[in-house]
Amino acid sequence: MYESLKQICLEEEAKGTPFWKLVQMEECKELQKTQEASHQEMLGIYQAMHASYEDYEDKLYSASGLVGGEGAKIFKRRMEGKLLCGDLIGRVMEKALKISESNACMKRIVAAPTAGSCGVVPAVFLSIQEEKKLSDEKMVEALYVAGGIGGVIASRASLSGAAGGCQAEIGAASAMAAGGLVYLLGGGAPEIANASALALKSLLGLACDPVAGLVEVPCVKRNVLGAVNAVTAADMTLAGIRSKIPADEVFDAMYNIGKHMDEEIRETAKGGLATTPTGVQISEKIVMQ
Amino acid sequence: MNLLDIVGPVMVGPSSSHTAGAVKIGLVSRKLMGEKITNADIYFHGSFLSTGKGHGTDRAILAGLLGYRVDDPVIPHSFEAAEKAGLSYRIHGIDLGEVHPNSVKMLLTGESGKELEIVAASIGGGRIQICELDGLTANFSGDYPTLIVHNVDQPGHVTEVTSMLAHKSVNIATMQLYRKSRGGDAVMVIECDQEVPEEAIRWLAHLEGIVKVTYLSIAGD
Repeated sequence: MYESLKQICLEEEAKGTPFWKLVQMEECKELQKTQEASHQEMLGIYQAMHASYEDYEDKLYSASGLVGGEGAKIFKRRMEGKLLCGDLIGRVMEKALKISESNACMKRIVAAPTAGSCGVVPAVFLSIQEEKKLSDEKMVEALYVAGGIGGVIASRASLSGAAGGCQAEIGAASAMAAGGLVYLLGGGAPEIANASALALKSLLGLACDPVAGLVEVPCVKRNVLGAVNAVTAADMTLAGIRSKIPADEVFDAMYNIGKHMDEEIRETAKGGLATTPTGVQISEKIVMQ
Repeated sequence: MNLLDIVGPVMVGPSSSHTAGAVKIGLVSRKLMGEKITNADIYFHGSFLSTGKGHGTDRAILAGLLGYRVDDPVIPHSFEAAEKAGLSYRIHGIDLGEVHPNSVKMLLTGESGKELEIVAASIGGGRIQICELDGLTANFSGDYPTLIVHNVDQPGHVTEVTSMLAHKSVNIATMQLYRKSRGGDAVMVIECDQEVPEEAIRWLAHLEGIVKVTYLSIAGD
């Protein structure tokens, strides 16, 4: 697994091998598997992402009753042509909500990188696939790009809310989605790295403060934030806007910020939204037994 | 960590630690039992206790005990599945003291009457640790074929076990030894790179001074 996006950029330039292929080759070397086998696994992951969106049920509510029916509301508004954001962003929002609601309702999802952030990457990828009529093959390549970025973040920082706060989950997912999206729109390794830097920079410092300790409030709606943020990071990148801080250093900054976060805002439900009067009230209603 | 840990796993939500990890604890317990489980007393501790209902931790651990995997759509319906499979269960709260916040203790009975007491923790990202077996310390992840030998604390048992493994060409990845008291109950926890053959485990179980042999096979994972 790569530990630096700069390294991937250098290798793409030196060898002429694209970002996604470098990530695939590294994975195959480490785990002693064939590229064909790896490709099939990734295709399975992409299909599972697709299914996690298709299987949404608009009448389903989570056990706590806090989550349900929200993706359907955005769908309706989009169908009526009333969304301020327009159709593409509307689709991204709708998918992010639906997939993360499904997660809260104990349906099958792909943790990418985590269950709490499972709506971000598929919302962006499925929407751009529809918009640009891209093949599943191409989408699998973008998944390698996203996985490569996630791997670098994991090695330099963390992908867990308990260790690094929400920035490590929604932030990392957004960086992964942004890089994959730029790849799908023709970007090379430097553009991919740039988009992931822009995406994560905007989400640095995000606390993990789930109400009642559940992956519901604010997690579901933060998936919307992460997904939409990935699209804006890709647009900025493709417009030629460059992050002044390179991606690897942004990841290091995330690690640094995570270390400074108190335990109260790292998934323990002891601070932030979880301990607001309303958060406490909700939590008191939901106890086991 | 590999790529499929980052864009994956495919799992039933909502939480990798409280749901997927709980399924895995159940599944590893089922494998350690080596037979169908008919009775389970489940004691949730800490965050498993306080947020378990909302995370489906109770359903998840039952699904695992029934042999389902982390991505099986049966998980949310495992209460019904347990009833159908003849698994009777009771869920309790407990304070296990200074342990990982996502910990659970289980008292299990198999169809042959075999009993197993297990304490396990879900340590993040769906990874787990088995902390205690039958009241004795045991630290293993369930990712490797694992041999757990309870024996009387006397000279020679480690040699018996390791010679047998060498003879069967099984390489030891990690090995831990614990004992309760000098000359009392002792345990060996051995994580291996290859599966240990069944006949070797049966042979071991009949040796004098060996109290109990438990084996986790990961074949078919």
